[in-house]
Amino acid sequence: MIALLRRDLALAVRAGGGFGLGLAFFLIVVVLVPFGVGPEAELLTRIAPGILWVAALLAALLSLDRIFALDFEDGSLPLLATSPLPLEGVALVKGIAHWVTTGLPLTLAAPVLGFLLNLAPSAYLWLLLSLALGTPALSMIGTFGAALTVGLRRGGLLMSLLVLPLYIPTLIFGAEAVRRGADGLDPSTSLLMLAGITLGSFALLPFAASLALRVNLR
Amino acid sequence: MSIWEYANPKKFIATTTPLVPWVMGLAIACLVVGLVWGFFFTPDDFRQGSTVKIIYLHVPSALMAINAWFMMLITSLIWLVRRHHVSALAARAAAPIGIVMTLIALITGAIWGQPMWGTWWAWDPRLTSFLILFLFYLGYIALWEAIEDPDTAADLTSVLCIVGSVFAVLSRYAVNFWNQGLHQGTSVPVATGERTVSDVFFVPLVICMVGFGVLFLGLVLIRTQTEIRARRMKALEARMRS
Repeated sequence: MIALLRRDLALAVRAGGGFGLGLAFFLIVVVLVPFGVGPEAELLTRIAPGILWVAALLAALLSLDRIFALDFEDGSLPLLATSPLPLEGVALVKGIAHWVTTGLPLTLAAPVLGFLLNLAPSAYLWLLLSLALGTPALSMIGTFGAALTVGLRRGGLLMSLLVLPLYIPTLIFGAEAVRRGADGLDPSTSLLMLAGITLGSFALLPFAASLALRVNLR
Repeated sequence: MSIWEYANPKKFIATTTPLVPWVMGLAIACLVVGLVWGFFFTPDDFRQGSTVKIIYLHVPSALMAINAWFMMLITSLIWLVRRHHVSALAARAAAPIGIVMTLIALITGAIWGQPMWGTWWAWDPRLTSFLILFLFYLGYIALWEAIEDPDTAADLTSVLCIVGSVFAVLSRYAVNFWNQGLHQGTSVPVATGERTVSDVFFVPLVICMVGFGVLFLGLVLIRTQTEIRARRMKALEARMRS
């Protein structure tokens, strides 16, 4: 499992593209929002938690179809499926690798982009914490979506349609936590729910993803 | 004799074909009685006026929108466990009906909401979760359409249905947490037996709900038969080509 994780991370870093692309996308969405809604500081402060979360979610979505597609094309996915490592483990590792290459950089970059949107000072800690707790769930749900659509030629668009509704609970609790943090309220309920979704996804979705992979490799 | 005998497509068609006219007849009778009674023979509500009569379309369609997904969940599970093709095809047949029911509920809700709340749409928990349900249906149908191999499609959509159900329930509670809304609570709670709708409106409403349920059953039977026949035609075509 560690070897597979190392391989995926090395591939992601060396292939370039996907690694930085998500971050760049995150930046661009955040830059576009003030152009869309106007530059008033109070307005930006109010919508910043939601915008940051939505932008992070879209950035995570962008790189999802790379999770299995490359391995599927060059034939290493069937090899992985026949390896001693159970396919559930493969799915789990793929989800973790996706998080390390997109979720983690997004989490670390979010506070910087928070300045651009004039985020309330009390919210930075909660932004960091909620993204750190929530983005793993995004990666794991996305891995499931990628596993569902891996055999399809035009799977990317369909995958967004399948995955985005599944992202709704994570988004709600994530943005809510930051909003409460910004208002000086106690965000712990949202954070607990967020952690629950993440842990639940990591516990259950690898099984669903590996089932979908087996069907697609049949 | 067990229920699994009907998993044989031939037996399924043979059994359900004579049933369909009866089921559809009952559905039409229930709907005509319920709707005519509801629309013309109930008094106007003292606050809502005649708009209250939208309830006879709104509540039953909302009920069936959720139950259609529930039925798809059960048939998906049966397909995954017992590999009965009729079960998978029934799930496929139910999805478009479910999405139409969801749309009816949303649209009648908007038409009702406009005079009552002064708005077509509000980000209320109940409304929002129905919109989310609509998106789930959309993804489910799109996945069915996108995959060519029927068995693969049945497997993948079943998995999506199961995972989707979990997330749909989760969204329901998340949305509740996110915003308190305009929509009233349930009018016909099954568990407690108390209700907020008075008897004059309630009897035709129940008839309408039964009518929608039976209509759903009839449509699912017809569409499942169609799917089975379409599958047979494909098999025949493949055989003729080879």
